[in-house]
Amino acid sequence: MDSDEDFQSTVSSDDDAMQDTDNDEMSGVEDFDAFDDEPDEEPDLGPNKIQRKRIAYDISFKVYSPTDIQAHQDEMMDEVNMILEMRKEDAAILLRHFRWNKERLMEDYMDKPSKVLEAAGLGSSTINPPRLEFIPGFTCDICYEDDDGLESFAMKCGHRYCVNCYRQYLTQKIREEGEAARIQCPSEGCGRIMDARSLDLLVTPDLADRYQELLNRTYVEDKEILKWCPAPDCENAIECAIKKKDLDKVVPTVACRCGHRFCFGCILNDHQPAPCELVKRWLKKCADDSETANWISANTKECPKCNSTIEKNGGCNHMTCRKCKHEFCWMCMGLWSEHGTSWYNCNRFEEKSGTDARDAQAKSRVSLERYLHYYNRYANHEQSARLDKDIYTKTEKKMVQLQTASGMSWIEVQYLNAASQALQTCRQTLKWTYAFAFYLARNNLTEIFEDNQKDLELSVEALSEMFEKPIAELSDPKLKVDIMDKTSYCNKRRVILLEDTAENLANGRWTFNVDLKSLAPVSSGRK
Amino acid sequence: MAAGLGAKRLGKELSKISSSLPPGITLVSAENLEEWFLDIKVLDQNPIYAGETYRLKFKFSKSYPIEPPEVTFVKLSDRPIPMHPHIYSNGIICLDLLGSQGWSPVQNVESVCMSIQSMLTGNTKNERPPGDEEFVRANRLRPRDIDFYYHDNTV
Ligand SMILES: [Zn+2]
Ligand SMILES: [Zn+2]
Ligand SMILES: [Zn+2]
Ligand SMILES: [Zn+2]
Ligand SMILES: [Zn+2]
Ligand SMILES: [Zn+2]
Repeated sequence: MDSDEDFQSTVSSDDDAMQDTDNDEMSGVEDFDAFDDEPDEEPDLGPNKIQRKRIAYDISFKVYSPTDIQAHQDEMMDEVNMILEMRKEDAAILLRHFRWNKERLMEDYMDKPSKVLEAAGLGSSTINPPRLEFIPGFTCDICYEDDDGLESFAMKCGHRYCVNCYRQYLTQKIREEGEAARIQCPSEGCGRIMDARSLDLLVTPDLADRYQELLNRTYVEDKEILKWCPAPDCENAIECAIKKKDLDKVVPTVACRCGHRFCFGCILNDHQPAPCELVKRWLKKCADDSETANWISANTKECPKCNSTIEKNGGCNHMTCRKCKHEFCWMCMGLWSEHGTSWYNCNRFEEKSGTDARDAQAKSRVSLERYLHYYNRYANHEQSARLDKDIYTKTEKKMVQLQTASGMSWIEVQYLNAASQALQTCRQTLKWTYAFAFYLARNNLTEIFEDNQKDLELSVEALSEMFEKPIAELSDPKLKVDIMDKTSYCNKRRVILLEDTAENLANGRWTFNVDLKSLAPVSSGRK
Repeated sequence: MAAGLGAKRLGKELSKISSSLPPGITLVSAENLEEWFLDIKVLDQNPIYAGETYRLKFKFSKSYPIEPPEVTFVKLSDRPIPMHPHIYSNGIICLDLLGSQGWSPVQNVESVCMSIQSMLTGNTKNERPPGDEEFVRANRLRPRDIDFYYHDNTV
């Protein structure tokens, strides 16, 4: 597991409305056999579409395994190969050239076939399959070898090199540079693209496998509606039709079959209810301490005599250094005694600028305090979630102990698992409500939001306290009922909060004190 | 020590350039198959480079010519670093054909020298790349690992 942040466990609790829908979504995938090819059309959401739209924060998506991804690529290649009557290898190159936009490929090809082939590196194609050859009198332009019996290869462009050089060239491109879809002929300025069949002829099977793997990736990376699940060791991809421009209206949390829940917009762990742009800004703010540094520079100065740091905390400019008792003016750093009779005004500055400076300092301090208020709450939930990283093992251990102590069956102690799941999910949500609140400007809706937040916060803390009780107390049947009630209450409160925030977000009813339109770049790659 | 592919190729390149090189390019030393030095001159009357000779250092990796050689200008008392908006004052050259994307294994020492020569010939700006000072101070990367942004290939 990765140490970045909290990964959610796969097991879902039955009381959690949100996880229910996720499960539907995931199990639904097996029923749809094909991807949706039309990038500009609404994705095929299956028969549950209408029912699912009910929940404002829920988003439609599908999970695909590596086999699914391969199958779909093959399908598209077959289709192009049939319609345009070209080799499958060439169809693959064309599709990759058009970033898997089959419709545009067909259209452009029908229009100007030779121009399209040229641009994709397939110029003047013939039907002969690629093969290795011995050419008498051949000299390789890479190694300058001219031995008789030197085996050589050339793609359709005719640039011929010895097999050994070709092999080394391809190894370098694939292994060292991670290239696959756009490996060009080694000749200078030749745009001919290496195809899979030629490649198979030239390299070892394991390198060909690596090549296929990289090609598979480009398929996902080329399509805006597909993204890799970022969980370590997970090879699935998620399909979701959310558009970049809509990320100020919706927070597209998706759940992979491996159990990882993440945002399709920015690939970070689930951050509902905060929109991607706020998350990006918040994380940046937390990472660089500039805010604090600003405050310190605005509010502290060094004593002009002994250089010890002095913090200003009142409005008066008359400063007395605690250490050396030096008296000076905060504004001009001059000797206070020289200010003559105007004791409380620095007459070397205009009165107004002094007030402005004081206001700026006061504002800076208030803004820092405000930030710290939200940051502390955010960090608290993050830390609790971090501490709970091994919560699954801990819960399991607890469940075993409880079985022994109370004589309950494995099924009967499942409520503890449900409680621990609820705690994790709710903390994740709560954490982001504080970042959300930090950027939220007051309006008539913020009060409802704050009430929802408070409700969830209180119930999570209450559940957490019950959950931490010693085994002896947990075996009390009364407490079991309380925990079950509180668990379902927490889940319900979370749903209410998310629904409320998502609906207002979708309808543009929140006012933020930052611009959500400067959207974060959506990255889809993995290394 | 360069081995296999590189050795034979470099051997043949060396025997060719020892006997003939285009005008303005001279072989200074090639004592092994790892590091060669060549001098280049700009032949036309470009006032920026008139009367000067510049020293190029070629470093070859085991994978040469699959990988590009590392090519830099070196500074000696009579060999300055030429002024050019793509040449840093520490001798590092920002030229796409020397990066893995722009390199082709059919290129060779002679063709690289000619490319650099023509890059100087066509230049009219008597200046260093933007941020030269900072780059020279901070850069610890080898030239091939630097992600140059080839902002203007016309220069
Ligand atoms: Zn060869
Ligand atoms: Zn070619
Ligand atoms: Zn996954
Ligand atoms: Zn996001
Ligand atoms: Zn002092
Ligand atoms: Zn003063």
